[in-house]
Amino acid sequence: MRQCGVLGLNERNIEYIQKYNARALFPLVDNKLQTKQLALAAGMAVPELYGVLTSHHDIRNFSKIVAGHPGFVIKPAHGSGGDGILVIPGRRTRSNRYYQLIDGSFISEPEIGHHVSNIISGQYSLVGTRDCALVERCIRVDSTFESLCYQGVPDIRVIVFSGYPVIAMARLPTRRSRGKANLHQGAVGIGIDLATGTTLNGVMDETVVREHPDTGVPVKGLAIPQWEELLLLAASCYPLTSLGYLGVDIILDREFGPLILELNARPGLNIQIANQCGLRNRLQLVEAQNGHGSMEEKVMFSREHFSSTEYG
Amino acid sequence: MSHFQVPLLALFLVLAGGSLFLYKYRVLGFPVQPDAETRVWTVEAMVNLNAGPGPVKASLHIPGLTPGFAILDENFVSRGFGFNPRYVRGGREVEWHIRRARGPQTLYYRAIVYREPEQRETDTTPPFPPKPELGEPFNTAMEVLVDELRSQSADPASYTVELLKRLADGRSDQNVELLLGPAASLLDRARTATTLLAAARIPARLVRGIILQDRQRKAVLVPWLEIHDGRGWTYFDPETGSQGLPDNFLLWWSGTDPLVEIEGARDVDVKFSVQSNVTDPVVIAQRKAERKRAGLASFSIFDLPIQTQAVYAILLLVPVGALVVIVLRNIIGVQTFGTFMPVLIALAFRETQLLWGVLLFSVLVALGLAFRFLLERLRLLLVPRLGAVLIIVVLLMLMTSMLSHQLGFEIGLSVALFPMVILAMTIERMSVVWEERGSREAIQQGLGSLLVAMICYLVMGLSYAEHLVFVFPELLLVVLAVTLLIGRYTGYRLVELYRFRDIRQSNG
Repeated sequence: MRQCGVLGLNERNIEYIQKYNARALFPLVDNKLQTKQLALAAGMAVPELYGVLTSHHDIRNFSKIVAGHPGFVIKPAHGSGGDGILVIPGRRTRSNRYYQLIDGSFISEPEIGHHVSNIISGQYSLVGTRDCALVERCIRVDSTFESLCYQGVPDIRVIVFSGYPVIAMARLPTRRSRGKANLHQGAVGIGIDLATGTTLNGVMDETVVREHPDTGVPVKGLAIPQWEELLLLAASCYPLTSLGYLGVDIILDREFGPLILELNARPGLNIQIANQCGLRNRLQLVEAQNGHGSMEEKVMFSREHFSSTEYG
Repeated sequence: MSHFQVPLLALFLVLAGGSLFLYKYRVLGFPVQPDAETRVWTVEAMVNLNAGPGPVKASLHIPGLTPGFAILDENFVSRGFGFNPRYVRGGREVEWHIRRARGPQTLYYRAIVYREPEQRETDTTPPFPPKPELGEPFNTAMEVLVDELRSQSADPASYTVELLKRLADGRSDQNVELLLGPAASLLDRARTATTLLAAARIPARLVRGIILQDRQRKAVLVPWLEIHDGRGWTYFDPETGSQGLPDNFLLWWSGTDPLVEIEGARDVDVKFSVQSNVTDPVVIAQRKAERKRAGLASFSIFDLPIQTQAVYAILLLVPVGALVVIVLRNIIGVQTFGTFMPVLIALAFRETQLLWGVLLFSVLVALGLAFRFLLERLRLLLVPRLGAVLIIVVLLMLMTSMLSHQLGFEIGLSVALFPMVILAMTIERMSVVWEERGSREAIQQGLGSLLVAMICYLVMGLSYAEHLVFVFPELLLVVLAVTLLIGRYTGYRLVELYRFRDIRQSNG
């Protein structure tokens, strides 16, 4: 397995996360509100923020915040692994007090209030302290994914190492993941050829899949639009945060194109299975570079060297 | 950060912990085996006397320099008497005194001794004794005898052997007969031998001791002969002339002074009794460390109050459990709820036994989870909900105890020892994982925690592990070193070999 260049958890933690990600910088990405503000200040594309709920008292303002927005997403600022995210693509027209979830079921406003209160109490927070809930625009998925996607919002995870995109995958929610795009919740991960932006085979529960488990559509050979732009957006997160080993989650919005959804200082390793390719060789190749050069040059380098054909 | 930093630190810790351990084990004799026992002898001297009216003073010789043995503990029992032990010529004695006493009195001296091969007589080299003046005709007899013996021997040892042989069959030699007098006892012979050794300018002394055997109600004092050959004391049996001390000879005192001296009392009688028993070798090693002023090694858990010791006996196992968790998580890759929760559960298993522990734990968590799902519907705030789970856990524990008591399973009572806060947190975490990631992952992690707890329990339950960390807490430095090394382990976890198997296959 060493020869295949697979990166293990222990090695990732010691050789990459501890070495390239200063602990002081973690709050930048652990707090999604902070990430968003930082990205906005840098003029980068993010989903529009409708409002922030910071105390139990704020919950009563909730309906005011979402008024006029048919769909929205509620997420904990300190959530990890997609826990605690509530996606509400639209609301029931007859009574405004009920909101429709992605699986078609309905949720009442007090239930949403309870969920928000759980978020604020810190149930989903990594450290268990008080948290706040973000309410933001519900993404309208780019049509590329429409045929593939069962429900929920697919996103694209790119691992950026010292500004070089090293590996990427698309994460498609499934019935089992209940609309969430996190692999450990049952979503499908699909490797992406960095050079061309076309999809490869997928992975679900750590085994290879060739078609979407819910829709039956083959996952291979899909070309992701605005690929260059997407990689540049991902790469620009390195100067933004100074985190050397970074997972960037990007969504493709129908109107706005690639938007940064969130950043992750401890990106998972299943991306290797999705791409059928170990990370270590790529990381070592990047480490061997001098690290200078513009974002465009780095993306160019990655597209040249990290094509899936090169590594099989 | 240098690549050698952690290995060097680990090496240092291993050396520090290991050397302290070796010192305590090899030099001080702390036992590495959990059930080791050492034989000790309890020797008791009982002095009976009939006190007259008025003050009484009694001096009894007690063991001081005891080659081959060391004193673990001694005490003086005497009702109403004051006492003080002190060093005197010929060893040590205790002096009992009382202002007024009447009638029969009994004084006890009791010592617990253990075999200590390193113990030697460490007196300074004695001066050459002066030539004894016995008066005629004894002087002439002595001189003749000394001359004869000198011509037949090469060194002090062979002189002594020859001398003792001559004294043993004394009747055949007129000079010997004259010096010994009629009806000489063994003691007389030994005493005469010291005189004749002094005549040859060989330092010699008479010693008295007890041959330790189990259950001797009336042990007898055996005379023995010591001579100094310029390098050290050597011992001779005054009866046979053979060299050396018997195996179990406990030297009581040396010199010709009487065993006991009494003022103000009559009918004095001293009886010795010996009892053999076993003791924890730790106690003896402890004593050794004190005597050697072994510094750090003499700081010991055993000086703490017993209750505190009992606490540490368990606390010191926690690092061992932590090491097991570290290995299982970072090298094997088992997932658990809460990092060290399994260690605490394993500690509770110590009281409940494994099977019952696993059963009770599973029942509690399952019931707790059921209630937790009911609570979820009530939409409570986080902390009150956690509190509610905690209260339910306590109630469930109580019910389990009562139910099992009714059914006659006393083991169910020990459920009270489960760490309930940890249990409540586990239930909460498990229910969140259940909701968020599905039942499969929740049960998987729950079983993982249980498995780790069981392995922790088995490792921590090894009597060796318990004994070693308690007697040699410095071994925890070695545990720390291993922990640091695992902290820099970048290899694959065992489960990753399975997890990434597809990549391996596709890449050949």
